[in-house]
Amino acid sequence: MEYFIELFFSGLTRGSIYALIALGYTMVYGIIGLINFAHGEIYMIGAFTAYVIATVLGIYGFPVLAIIVLAGLAAAIWSSAYGYTIEKVAYKPIRHAPRLSPLISAIGMSIFLQNYVLLAQTSDFLAFPELIPDFEFMEPIAHIVGTTDMVIIVSTIVIMLLLTLFIKKSRTGKAMRATAQDRTMAKLIGINVDQVISVTFIIGSALAALGGLLIASHIGQINFYIGFIAGIKAFTAAVLGGIGSIPGAVLGGFILGLTESFATGYVSSDYEDVFAFSLLVLILIFKPSGLLGKAEVQKV
Amino acid sequence: MLKLQDVHSFYGNIEALKGINLEINEGEIISLIGANGAGKSTTLMSISNIVSPRQGSVIYQGEIINTKPPEDIVKMGLCQVPEGRHIFPHLTVRENLDMGAFLRDDKDGIRKDLDYVYSLFPILKERSGQSGGTLSGGEQQMLAISRALMSRPKLLLLDEPSMGLAPIIIAQIFDIIKQINEEQNTTIFLVEQNANQALQIADRAYVIENGKITMSDNADALMSNPDVQKAYLGI
Repeated sequence: MEYFIELFFSGLTRGSIYALIALGYTMVYGIIGLINFAHGEIYMIGAFTAYVIATVLGIYGFPVLAIIVLAGLAAAIWSSAYGYTIEKVAYKPIRHAPRLSPLISAIGMSIFLQNYVLLAQTSDFLAFPELIPDFEFMEPIAHIVGTTDMVIIVSTIVIMLLLTLFIKKSRTGKAMRATAQDRTMAKLIGINVDQVISVTFIIGSALAALGGLLIASHIGQINFYIGFIAGIKAFTAAVLGGIGSIPGAVLGGFILGLTESFATGYVSSDYEDVFAFSLLVLILIFKPSGLLGKAEVQKV
Repeated sequence: MLKLQDVHSFYGNIEALKGINLEINEGEIISLIGANGAGKSTTLMSISNIVSPRQGSVIYQGEIINTKPPEDIVKMGLCQVPEGRHIFPHLTVRENLDMGAFLRDDKDGIRKDLDYVYSLFPILKERSGQSGGTLSGGEQQMLAISRALMSRPKLLLLDEPSMGLAPIIIAQIFDIIKQINEEQNTTIFLVEQNANQALQIADRAYVIENGKITMSDNADALMSNPDVQKAYLGI
């Protein structure tokens, strides 16, 4: 039983990271109908930024909490700048082209960014400092779930709640929902659609960057390629939960994380991807729009 | 109030508007009638600058607006109800109405306008918590008009409000368009295939064919014009 709970929490941790990245995929898809394949790279850049900041601040002996906050902020801002720029450079000029063009552009961006980081940084794995200290009150359950795991799970849930609230209640959130549902009409009621799209990329990128920081301090190493794998998994999570749906992305992330964790624990780590993708296929057979996805409503 | 001077608009390489000239004065109901594909909707989209004219100018209250982004045009009090209504399907009726007031922040004024549209279309108040996509065609049209009114337009552009609706609903909607014009002093530019209904409430009207204005006159005069009767009124 204890083993089960252990696997459960490790699955939730993994799932949280998938969820954080999947949110960016799903929001961008919801607004402009594009699978932003460069999104995984944004997450990787977030991890690298956090690495640089955390290392530098560590050298100067900053307190741990300050390092976490500053590294998180820097990663979020830096990644957002990348996300914003990618949209302006690679997607906006071809927004009215056939759907395949921005998709190819996204894949190109992804490859470009990987190689850019490879050249600018290194191809080696870098050891990421363990930022999150062990809390004392976690002591009794530390053998089941580590402090870092707990921090990751809790912060993902908090972020998701805040994001949902933001999209439901705030003016920008409402503009995002309207733009997602009918872009022409959004323009006709005075929404600046370009701005909404930029905000979407910025928020998605910031979330991915936080994911990058959290997972890097959990696993303890990063390299230029981590974004690719994580990106594919998070994309799977977004599709599983219903692409375009925010709770769906989180649910999809958790389900995928748990499936992988149990597959690793009870079968073999060689098979984790087999189980994860089999589950995706199964769900798409029975519910093509994903678990919480809305079937297309088209009414004239 | 609004003037189109030699407006040419394109979809790709296809010239949909080949030099449109028309003028709308404050307080009027002006109708634009024409067949499918004549360029009616393109005219409205060019005014709202969703389709940017390649040549010519759209002048609203003395200002050239075809270089401004759509949101600035809405801010100036020029609002469009597009063809096919474009209700936000997953927002509730109330949220759809709130979105209409997106650019406003005068809470009291918004509240008052909300009461006003509810008084025009009481059914919307009953359905306020329902999502927009579940409404019937007529209710969606009412919601689309109401949403536009929430921006408190000075000039309201209506694209085929009668499309796909039962005659009794059409009559009701046209009555209310007339009522909005009278009560709120909203100038109305009405694009219609249903020429009969449109000419009945309009002061003046333009006829568009193949991207060009071919006739313009008082609505009564057009109604008794034999060419118009034959081509558009089915007499």
